[in-house]
Amino acid sequence: MIEVKNLVKDYGGRVAVDHLTFTVEDGYIYGFLGPNGAGKSTTMNMMTGYLGATSGEVLINGHNILEEPEEAKRHIGYLPEIPPLYTDMTVMEYLKFASELKKIPKKERAAEVERVVEITRLEDVKGRLIRNLSKGYKQRVGLAQAILGMPSVIILDEPTVGLDPKQIIEIRDLIKELGKQHTVILSSHILSEVRAVCDRVMILAHGKLVASDTPENLETQLTGHHGMELLVKGSREQIFDIVNTLECRAYLDHILIEDTDVEEEKRVSFELVGTEGYGKDVRECVFYGFANAYCPILRMAEQKKTLEEVFLELTESEAQDEKEQEHADEQAEGTGRMESTGMMENSQMENTADNMEDSQITAKKGDEEHESDF
Amino acid sequence: MKAIFKRELKSYFESMTGYVFIAFLVMFIGIYFLAYNLSSGYPYFSYTLSAVLLIMSIGVPVLTMRCFADERKTKTDQLLLTAPVSVWEIVLGKYLAMTVVFLVPVLICCLCPLIIQANGTAYLLADYSTIFAFFLIGCLFISIGMFLSSLTESQIIAAVGTFVVLLCLMLWDGLVAFLPTTAKGSAIGFFVILMAVCVILYQMIEDYRVALGIGVLGTAALAGIYVWKEDTFDRALVNLLEHFDVVSVFDQFAVSHTFDVSGVILYLSAIFLFLFLTMQSVEKRRWS
Repeated sequence: MIEVKNLVKDYGGRVAVDHLTFTVEDGYIYGFLGPNGAGKSTTMNMMTGYLGATSGEVLINGHNILEEPEEAKRHIGYLPEIPPLYTDMTVMEYLKFASELKKIPKKERAAEVERVVEITRLEDVKGRLIRNLSKGYKQRVGLAQAILGMPSVIILDEPTVGLDPKQIIEIRDLIKELGKQHTVILSSHILSEVRAVCDRVMILAHGKLVASDTPENLETQLTGHHGMELLVKGSREQIFDIVNTLECRAYLDHILIEDTDVEEEKRVSFELVGTEGYGKDVRECVFYGFANAYCPILRMAEQKKTLEEVFLELTESEAQDEKEQEHADEQAEGTGRMESTGMMENSQMENTADNMEDSQITAKKGDEEHESDF
Repeated sequence: MKAIFKRELKSYFESMTGYVFIAFLVMFIGIYFLAYNLSSGYPYFSYTLSAVLLIMSIGVPVLTMRCFADERKTKTDQLLLTAPVSVWEIVLGKYLAMTVVFLVPVLICCLCPLIIQANGTAYLLADYSTIFAFFLIGCLFISIGMFLSSLTESQIIAAVGTFVVLLCLMLWDGLVAFLPTTAKGSAIGFFVILMAVCVILYQMIEDYRVALGIGVLGTAALAGIYVWKEDTFDRALVNLLEHFDVVSVFDQFAVSHTFDVSGVILYLSAIFLFLFLTMQSVEKRRWS
């Protein structure tokens, strides 16, 4: 278990990590999510003892990383953003060196190196110089180094950056596999990766933790907004009339009828408000409403916010919060700071709701960008 | 520590560095040995070594420049600093690896007095104690080079910096001779040193109160002593700095053929000081 308490890193005036507090429970795969410069790497470097914190503390299984560094570091395997490889060594030499460095007893060393070589599938390149390996293999050697000695916590900083799609899938499967025996913390700015791999997501923005939950919960509960999207064959007026005469009309809000590429087909979208009071299934009501008017529904889908949208809203609203915070700070010096570290304040929720339409558009853009990553 | 020591040592001999350093030193030792001992028939090998000392200021930077600077640049220091080893072990492991590399030319040196003996009279005791002193001063130079390498990310800066510092050490007595010997001059000299210490202290701990406090107290003490007993400052600066003349200690061995125990202690404590400073500089990086 890792406890991070009030962690601050101040790079001479630029606060990279700002009063970060969280706990990492055993047996889960955690994902640190955040835009570039959110403080993910800095936090990881502090958790592993590479960097000292300006204030605050990190406890690894109860050992303070600065006061009992050797004991605490024994429990951690770390793969930094750039794998720390000695390129003039062969893979085996490097892993043997790393196992000795990690104080694995001499008798177990050879078996342990064999084990990680097998897990990370490095058999084919065992005898090759690291400098001659491809990026994917280098990453795997770095990963092999991190899991040497069965540390209870494995920390991986952007483990799939720069890999090809096949390698990304392999590394992800490997991480999932590792998650069965170790606690894994990985950082990423790729959302689909976090969704695919992690049990828990922590979203960082500007050095603060803005949300922490399972990916599913973040997608549904956090936003509090449900909507539906229909593809309907009919004219704008016809659809407008049908929607307005629906039995459940009172529970629909933000109704939007848009043209599509096909002339006769319209995209209808609305939000559901207070549907608990309706008692019946809104979907049925909508279906029969259109069916009775002989207006075919070609597609009907629930509109759920994707993790992308949640992510963008949280990180963007955090930036806005920051500006507001600065104003507040000017008025009441320093008192506001502590409050802002709390996760998902009410004001932030409202903020999120207000920005919804804006951010949806941007979210789609982000999505496309992400797709092109592959 | 053992792991780091073994890796470093291996890497010196897998890359060119170790061979270049050894070949370079052995070549110059050979040239001077040929010129002084074999050709001119001078029976003391120690004389050869005091000539080789200047060559060390070029050789040692080659050996030490890589050690921490490169590690920092390629980010492999992340592996070492997040592994369950202390910074002291890292520094010591690297340092011992370099001294072992240096030991190779020193051991080759050990043959030379025997060659002299085979051809006539040799002064083995004087020669071997000079070789011992040569090894110690080399270790001191290596510790200085390692410290400078830990300050920067660039191997070039580390090498040039080490070369400059070692050259200053070679020319130490000449440089010290330029310093003022009057009481006033010495007092000003001490004041300048005090200010430099305060600035470095401030850079390191970033607490102006401590730095300023030491500055004010030191200045007051200097001024007090100066007013109270001016003649304590006569040649005081020069006398103090002459104690740090590591080359003259070596000359005690090489030229005067005396075993200078206080000199050996000076070498050992200076080595320890630079190892400590290296450790501090590696530690400091994590906090800035």
